[in-house]
Amino acid sequence: MSLHPFGIELLQFVLLLGLAPAFAGWVKTLKCLAQGRTAPGILQPYRDIRRLFGKDIVLAENASWIFRFTPYLVFGVTAVAAGIIPLISVDLPLAATADVIALVMLFGIVRFFTALAGMDIGTAFGGMGSSREMMVASLAEPAMLMAVFTVSLASNSSSLTQMVAVMGHAEFVIRPSLAFALAAFIMVALAETGRIPVDNPATHLELTMVHEAMILEYSGRHLALIEWAGMMKLTLFFALGIAAFSPWGIASDGDIGALLLAFGSLLLKLAVGALVMVLIETGLAKMRLFRLPEYLGSAFLLATLGMIAFFILE
Amino acid sequence: MPASLDIAGFAVLLLLALAVLAPLLRSVRSIQIPLAFSLGAVASLAAVVAGIMTVAAGSVASATMSVGLPGLPFHLRLDPLAGFFLVVIGLVGLFVSIYSIGYVKGYGGVRSMTQMICFYTLFLAGMLLVVLADDAYFFLVAWELMAAASYFLVMYEDEKGENRRAAFLYLLIAHVGALAILLAFGVMAGQSGASGFDGYTFDAMRSAHLSSGWAAAAFFLAFFGFAAKAGVIPLHVWLPEAHPVAPSNISALMSGVMLKTSIYGICRFAFDFIKIFPWWWGGVVLALGLISAVMGVLYALMQHDLKRLLAYHSVENIGIILIGLGLSMIFAAFHLPALAALALVAALYHTLNHAIFKGLLFMGAGAVLHATHVRNMEEMGGLIHRMPWTAPLFLVGCVSISALPPFNGFVSEWLTFQAFLLSPALPHPLLRLLIPLGAALLALTGALAAACFVKVFGVVFLGQWRGHQKPERIHEVGPSMRGGMLLAAISCLLLGILPTWVIGWLDTIPEQLCGAKLSESAGKLGWLWLTPIAHERASYSGPVVFIGILAVVAVTWLLLHVRATSVSRVPIWDCGFVKLTPRMQYTASAFSMPLRRVLGFLFAVREQVEIVPHTNHPALPGSLQYRLRIRDRFWNWLYAPQGDAAYWVARQVGRLQQGRIQIYLLYSFVTLIVLLVFLG
Amino acid sequence: MTHTFAVQLNSLLAALILLTAFALLAQRKILGLVHIFAWQGFFLALSTAVIGYASGEHHLYISSLLTLVMKVILLPYILYTLVRKLKVHRDIDAVVNIPTTMLLGIMLVVFSYHLTAPIRELSNLMTRSTLAVALATVMLGMLMMVTRRHAVTQILGFLAMENGLFFAATSATYGMPMVVELGVALDLLIAAFIFGIFFFHISTTFESLDVEQMAKLKETD
Repeated sequence: MSLHPFGIELLQFVLLLGLAPAFAGWVKTLKCLAQGRTAPGILQPYRDIRRLFGKDIVLAENASWIFRFTPYLVFGVTAVAAGIIPLISVDLPLAATADVIALVMLFGIVRFFTALAGMDIGTAFGGMGSSREMMVASLAEPAMLMAVFTVSLASNSSSLTQMVAVMGHAEFVIRPSLAFALAAFIMVALAETGRIPVDNPATHLELTMVHEAMILEYSGRHLALIEWAGMMKLTLFFALGIAAFSPWGIASDGDIGALLLAFGSLLLKLAVGALVMVLIETGLAKMRLFRLPEYLGSAFLLATLGMIAFFILE
Repeated sequence: MPASLDIAGFAVLLLLALAVLAPLLRSVRSIQIPLAFSLGAVASLAAVVAGIMTVAAGSVASATMSVGLPGLPFHLRLDPLAGFFLVVIGLVGLFVSIYSIGYVKGYGGVRSMTQMICFYTLFLAGMLLVVLADDAYFFLVAWELMAAASYFLVMYEDEKGENRRAAFLYLLIAHVGALAILLAFGVMAGQSGASGFDGYTFDAMRSAHLSSGWAAAAFFLAFFGFAAKAGVIPLHVWLPEAHPVAPSNISALMSGVMLKTSIYGICRFAFDFIKIFPWWWGGVVLALGLISAVMGVLYALMQHDLKRLLAYHSVENIGIILIGLGLSMIFAAFHLPALAALALVAALYHTLNHAIFKGLLFMGAGAVLHATHVRNMEEMGGLIHRMPWTAPLFLVGCVSISALPPFNGFVSEWLTFQAFLLSPALPHPLLRLLIPLGAALLALTGALAAACFVKVFGVVFLGQWRGHQKPERIHEVGPSMRGGMLLAAISCLLLGILPTWVIGWLDTIPEQLCGAKLSESAGKLGWLWLTPIAHERASYSGPVVFIGILAVVAVTWLLLHVRATSVSRVPIWDCGFVKLTPRMQYTASAFSMPLRRVLGFLFAVREQVEIVPHTNHPALPGSLQYRLRIRDRFWNWLYAPQGDAAYWVARQVGRLQQGRIQIYLLYSFVTLIVLLVFLG
Repeated sequence: MTHTFAVQLNSLLAALILLTAFALLAQRKILGLVHIFAWQGFFLALSTAVIGYASGEHHLYISSLLTLVMKVILLPYILYTLVRKLKVHRDIDAVVNIPTTMLLGIMLVVFSYHLTAPIRELSNLMTRSTLAVALATVMLGMLMMVTRRHAVTQILGFLAMENGLFFAATSATYGMPMVVELGVALDLLIAAFIFGIFFFHISTTFESLDVEQMAKLKETD
């Protein structure tokens, strides 16, 4: 028995929408365990989102339509990205919508509009968050591109499904280029998703906020959408990493058995990936803003070394 | 059905006729502006039609006119490359002409309309003729017509010293460039082997067989000349001076279109005249493109004059176009025609895109200037509430230039990235390692551009009004200005979501210049999917992205509005500090501060903070002054020494001037004797 | 372990050696530098052993062991005690603009790749592709010596250069003759003692190990 490609597409879409809060909850739980606190449980994000959807909205007097439109757009763009990155099968009709580069740019829309929304109210917090976010993003972009470039060298393609297909079936080879690219990717992904050591998702201290400063004025369903999209984005970056660096297990068609297997391996990889991230987040402190150029510069260097290693050594 | 060359000729003649007739219409002022600019729009539309037809058919038409010097007739030729640039000029000309009907009215009663119309039409005609010319003589005449007309337009508000200075600088660099182009033509004609004056036609240059040394001399002379016009770093200094002081409709034309004529020239020289060249030519073009792109956007980020900022972005985008051209030349030099075609299409696509979104942005900046009468961004804010049309249209321009999907800037930049990703196909190992670093620089440029336009839109349109005058006095601009911007914004979207059609249409150009077509692979999966080389390699679908986002947004909105929730409007949360004023918002300088700190070593940045202590208590600050000065390093490195040298030489020559008539007579006498000696 | 696997493993180790060379350029803390240097030695020793296994040149095992003892244990230990004794373990070296140094470093790698291209064409050893990395390591060590100001880091740059040379020898010709290698190892050891003595003298004379201070020795006119 096999699932129609559009069925897989729908399944993946639902899976990501539904799974993202649980994944965020899992990360939070692991973090609590690692830091010796009591965990609120994996389901807490669902409760948070439901609560926020039920609340009324408090809007600043001079908020324009940009501010009200941004949550929907952020959610919409993230949802479209969710239909493109192969989670459990490469047989996705929409996978050809964007290759990795276009995908990165899609997240660029999210960032652009979130930063605009941060400036819309006209408080210093919002402007500060936007300014910092754009700086981090500018410096992360070259490293991201370089990592993508290195990965695309190995599979001769920048299309994710193709990468999965090539890498998933290749025999095991030690590739220093991919190891470097993976390290760079992790560093950049931490920056793009606003995690420690770049940004602290749990703080509301003015000196350290980046992403939270931009969305400080949001409430009600707007905030719910942004939070949900943020969780999806985190999950999607993991999915992106999995598809690019360890695609083993992702099904090549819609066979139900293969899909189940792929789902199992996805959960396993996500769980392990979250553990790695939590270890990084617990082990490191948030960096000062002006140390970030060095951090992101190192990511760029790693990705470049990966590219060089590919040409010199492989 | 009239031939496309005739239509293009009609466009030029209409514009020239308008220039002549403008003074006659002076008496009927009420219809002078609408009539002149509507006819300008008609002429532009004709140029667009001619261009679209030529490119679509891949036809080449040429004509010899009986005008010109005896024995040196003017030649015209319309091939797909020229046709493409006709479309670029015509489209922006169309939008700007519509926009100008409303914009120019703002000068009504203060300044001569006739002058504006006359030079505006001459400027457009000059640009069209540059593209149509098929001999060196005619090309240079058209080139000078374009330069002179735009010089007078930059000088339009000539009572300001700043404007005169900018216009002079512009004229100076334009002429140094023109001189180099003239020399390049000289080299080509001299080496073409044609007898007598025949060498000056482009046909002779096409068939010329140059030795590699002469070819390089010709190309780099031409490249220097065109780069001066295009504002390639380090020849960019005139651009941020001239663009802000020109009327905004003229800035839109200059930045959107005039710079592109140099891209046309470079394409013409490299791919049409010389054809066979070593890879390092492309390497030079690529390197200069990268420098221009990165430095252009960084300088832009530091500006707080809206139009100056946009001018620096033109430097950046010309850089991006040159990156595509350079890659294309490198691929062509290694006989990889399909890849050369991809990179060339990326460059041309970006040429078209930049023309439209930069036109849109300058028109938007003009609208803001029209409404607020300030150019300094630090004195704006919250305009989205006062200008409900301009704001979203300007936003479209911002998103497009930031290379975000689904708008047009993204497509061309994505194509350039694809060209970069294909660089491992090059047989040269060193290039394989170096070219990807260029891709990283391009990524940096794109991200910085996004940061810059968050700043622009955020500071100008969002937040609260920071200026001195009352914000209630600011009003939305009139329908013709909105119309011009709206058309440009729609074009941005269409070019972004229908790239397969555009590439299919463009295909005749790479076919003629690189010997390979792109559309067979680019549209293999149908119009919905853009697959530049092969669908396994990379793909993008503008329509799916656009419709997908729209659909999810719509569904989410509907679902969340089933249940009525109240939205309560409250004052801004001030953290308990009750005296919150608009001046406490983040400013443009504050926004770019982190990046200024990180990348400041590339500029000459001087920051001064002065704290005057409070009169009552020395520990408390009374007032605080912050001064920031950012200078273009190239000015000090390159131009100031040259200017000083010129002054020095002039002073030395000045010694000849004694002011005594006998001395002058002596000069003449000595000259006469020297000449006689030589004659004897 | 198959032959191709050994080649791949060697490539990975080469990449890691290159990485440590860059890490040396980026690290500010003196003790951190010593650790990275030890890691570089470790990868070098491992790589030598792998080459020795794959090529069947068994004398390389001895070289590997020698490297392990010298560069992973002995030299780092000497440096470590020196740094402790001189109380400079908290020192942070003033580096000229790390990002620029990194970019220069990348350019040097590309340059060494370009330089070794003809050798790659001629050689048929399995290690020929790592030669570029070896040369790059030498150059990066040189770059480190140029851009650093602290005496200890300059010595580390020198030692990293030697690592690169050693790696170059193994990749180009499967190692130098045993006699030469032993000689070099002995030289290094003696060098370590000599620079130890010099450090003491510099630090007692200038109360700092900043080599910029030595500019004071110049006679002013």
